[in-house]
Parts: sequence; C-alpha cells; structure tokens
Amino acid sequence: MPALPLDSAGKYVAAAYLVFLGVILIYVAIMAARLGRVEREITELDKLLEIRDEANATARKSTVDGPNSE
Amino acid sequence: MTDKTQVHGRGLRRLAFAATITLIGAFAMVFFWTPNEADQGFIQKIFYLHVPLAIVTLGGFVAGGIFGFMQLRTGKRVWDLRSYVAIHLSLMLAVAVLITGAIWAKASWGHWWVWDEPVLVSFLVVFLLYACYQPLRFAIEDPERQARYAAVFAVVAGAFVPINFAAVRLAQAYTHPRTLGTTTGGMPGSMMLTFLISMLGMTLLFMTLWKFELTSKSARMRLSSIRRRIARETTTEQAA
Amino acid sequence: MIGQAITLLRKDLLLEFRDRESVPAMALLAAATLVVFHFALGQRSISGELASGALWVTLLFASMLGISRLFVAEQEDGGFDAVLLAPVERTAILLAKATALLIFLIIVELIAVPMFGVLLLGVPLGPAIPSLIGVLLLADICIAIVGALVSALAIQTRIRELLVPILALPLLLPVLIAGSRASGQIFQPGGPAAVAGRWPLMLALYGVVFGLLAFALYDYLLDD
Repeated sequence: MPALPLDSAGKYVAAAYLVFLGVILIYVAIMAARLGRVEREITELDKLLEIRDEANATARKSTVDGPNSE
Repeated sequence: MTDKTQVHGRGLRRLAFAATITLIGAFAMVFFWTPNEADQGFIQKIFYLHVPLAIVTLGGFVAGGIFGFMQLRTGKRVWDLRSYVAIHLSLMLAVAVLITGAIWAKASWGHWWVWDEPVLVSFLVVFLLYACYQPLRFAIEDPERQARYAAVFAVVAGAFVPINFAAVRLAQAYTHPRTLGTTTGGMPGSMMLTFLISMLGMTLLFMTLWKFELTSKSARMRLSSIRRRIARETTTEQAA
Repeated sequence: MIGQAITLLRKDLLLEFRDRESVPAMALLAAATLVVFHFALGQRSISGELASGALWVTLLFASMLGISRLFVAEQEDGGFDAVLLAPVERTAILLAKATALLIFLIIVELIAVPMFGVLLLGVPLGPAIPSLIGVLLLADICIAIVGALVSALAIQTRIRELLVPILALPLLLPVLIAGSRASGQIFQPGGPAAVAGRWPLMLALYGVVFGLLAFALYDYLLDD
C-alpha cells in the first residue's frame, strides 16, 4: 500500500489517539463515581458518630443528675 | 481479610507524576521529533500508541495470572484484589487496543478488520476469554470461593495467552504466506527510542491506574469494616 | 488414586447408561448442526477446509452440552458436597471426569462422523478415516481436559449454563485451529493429503499444558 496523504492519514491517527484518551477518561469517570460513593458513605458515618456522641453526652448528663447509674 | 497494615496508596503520587511526564514526552516525540516512516508515512504514528498499549495490556493479563497464582499459594485476599484489578484494568485497555488496531488496519489496508494479522486476531480471542472473568467472579457469592475461583481462572487464562498467540500465528503463517518480520525489526534509532519511551510511559500509566484502583478498592473495604464496627458498638451501647 | 478414579468413572458411566442424558443429546445436537450447515451453506456436499470447519463446529457444539452436564448429576442430587467431603483425591475426580467426557465424545463421534460423511462430505470418507481418527482422538483428549476444568470452574456459579460455552469456546480455539487445519488436509477433494506434523504436535502440546494446569489447579476448584 502506498502511504496515505497527510490530510487523510492525520484523521486516522487523531482518531486512534482520541480513542486512547477516551478510554482513560471513561476509566477516570468510573473511578470518580466510586469516589463519590465513598464520600457519601463517609458522610453517613460522620452523621452516625455525631448522633452517637450526642447520645453519649446526654447519657452522661443523666448519670450525673440521677442516681440510677452503675 | 486484607492486611491491616497494607497501604496501597504509597508512592502513588510519584508514580502518577512519572507516568504523566513520560507519556507526554513520548507523544511529543511521536509528533514533533520522530520522522515519518518511509512506507506507511504519517499513519505509522499509531504504532507508538497501539503496540505499547497492547503489550502492556497483555502484560496486565499475565500479571493477573501471576497474582492469582500467589492468591492460591498464600490464600491472602490482597493477592485476589491485585489480580482482579489488573485484569479489570487490562480489559478496559484492551478495548482501546482493539479499536486503535482496527483504525490502523483501516488506514493502512482499507479494511476495519483483517483476519491475517495474527496479533490482532489473537488479541480478540484473549479479550473474549477475559470478558468472562467478571461474569464468573460475580456469579459466586461466597467471598472466599469467589477469590479462589477467580484466581484459578486468572491462572488458566494467563497461561492461555501465549498458547493462543502461538496457535493463531501458526495458523496464519501457513495460510497466508506473509513476512513474519514485525514492525520493530530494522527500525531506525529515533523510532526505536520513541517506541521504548512510549512503552515505558504506558507501563507507568498502567501501574498508576492499577495502584489507583487498588487504593480505592481497599479504602472502600476498610470503610465498610469501620462502618460495621461502629454499627456494632452503637447497638451494644444502646443495649447496655 | 487410579482405583478411586476408576470407581468414580464407573459411577458416571453407569449413571449415563441408566439415564441416557448427555450422549443422546450431544448426538442429536450434532445431527441437527449438520442439517443446519447444509441449509446455511446452501450446498449439497462440501470438501476441504469448508468440510473440516463444519465438522469441527458440529463437534465443538456437541461437546459444549457434554461439558455443561459433566457435574450436573452431583449438583442435582445434592451429592456435590458429598463429593467434596469424601476422602477422594481431587486428581482422581479430574481423571474420572475427563475420561468420562472423553468416552462420551468418542461415542458421539462414532455417530456424528459417519453421519457427516453421508450427509455433507463431498469426498469419500473411507480413505480419510485412519488419519482422521488420530486427529480426533488427540483433539478429544484436549477437549476432555479443558472440559473437566471449565465445568468445575462453572459448576458453583449461578450462571453455569451460560458460562460454560463462553469460557470453553475461546479456550478451545487452539484445538479448533489445529484440528480443522489438519482435517482440512484430510478432506482435500483429490484424496487425503498427508497431515502436516505441526498440527498433531500443537494438539499434543496443548493437551500437556492444560493437563498440567488442570492437575495443579483442581485441588483449588473442588476444595471446601
């Protein structure tokens, strides 16, 4: 095969490199979605801990006020 | 369970940096420094992308097999994780390899697919086989068995890769008498250097993404273990 | 170990003889595939590479059925756990299952190959038989080994019937290449040509590699 002229060859080369870029970006997008899930979970955990701390604080207060402690 | 002291993210930043620099350097060399090839002209620039990517992808598959072997040997879940991530990543990149290969074939032979290009054909077969990895893996519920069966698959498929390449090449070599000399043979020094740097860049990129996903996976696993612990503590406290 | 393998094999063959599940279905599928080839290709008779391709596709499809049924008896009777718990060497199970599959394949080929010769093949089958038997036997051993491996890999999954063909077909591609190239030479229109030595060699090498792999990995597949 004779070499393709630059103007048509350029399109193929550009397409190939774009495919590579596209696949890497898709990969990054997938990982980003997973990171989003991690963040959501951490937020939930944070909330959970806050509720627990509050519950602990009120519990401690009630042990100071009331005599019914261990 | 994963080792508690194992930190996957160590060195990730340096690795990502090195991959970026090398790959940008390699692509810059491809377009601004390396001369056009005499036969194929500008279209041959795909070579510096397609071939290193294909080699790295196959290396990833074989590495997945080796990690699978280590999982079977040691029974440690971290090897299963490594094997899974290597195969998963290679599967993604394999799509890029097949598409860039098809583009190259179209540009230089006029067809999107040529059956007498043994490497491309073998690659398709390997891709089809590895595409079964995830269905197999996620059709097994018990995590310990999942790791073990996935590892067996990884080892079998890893051994299949070279056998398949030999078989397809042998089949093609005797049907279509064509020159078996690869494109790398008799390359001028500048092209060879560009190819090698691109090869290095792709390897670094693969390692970066592999470590990246590994870190993300282990972070999630650790997160759910913390979550379980907090849930357990909260319920025992409420009960007390 | 050989004794255990023979006991297991005898059980498998007795079951197959009693229930007649796998072999008749495999033979019927092979026959149907031959008819499909006649109409799909639109030809009365074929020879050379085309004939060999049709024969190998037929045999591979039939063997897919055999592979997916290989462990089903154990699975359905709830006997799989019994097999796992039994003090039987895993290698003996591998040996028994692969041999059972090999025997099924040979029976199916005894039916399907003459049928292929009558229905589709455009050259006389007689002179082709000696070299065909050699190639088929080698390929059957490879299919039996890979089949035993794949069916053990898929048996514990929810999607066993789906996994077997999509796993086994790519894995068996080297067998198909070597087998069909060899029999393409056997079915030459001008009488069977000598089979190039590389194809039987490739089958033998493939069999050895996957045999060793199956031997090394079977412990992990049937271990709980």
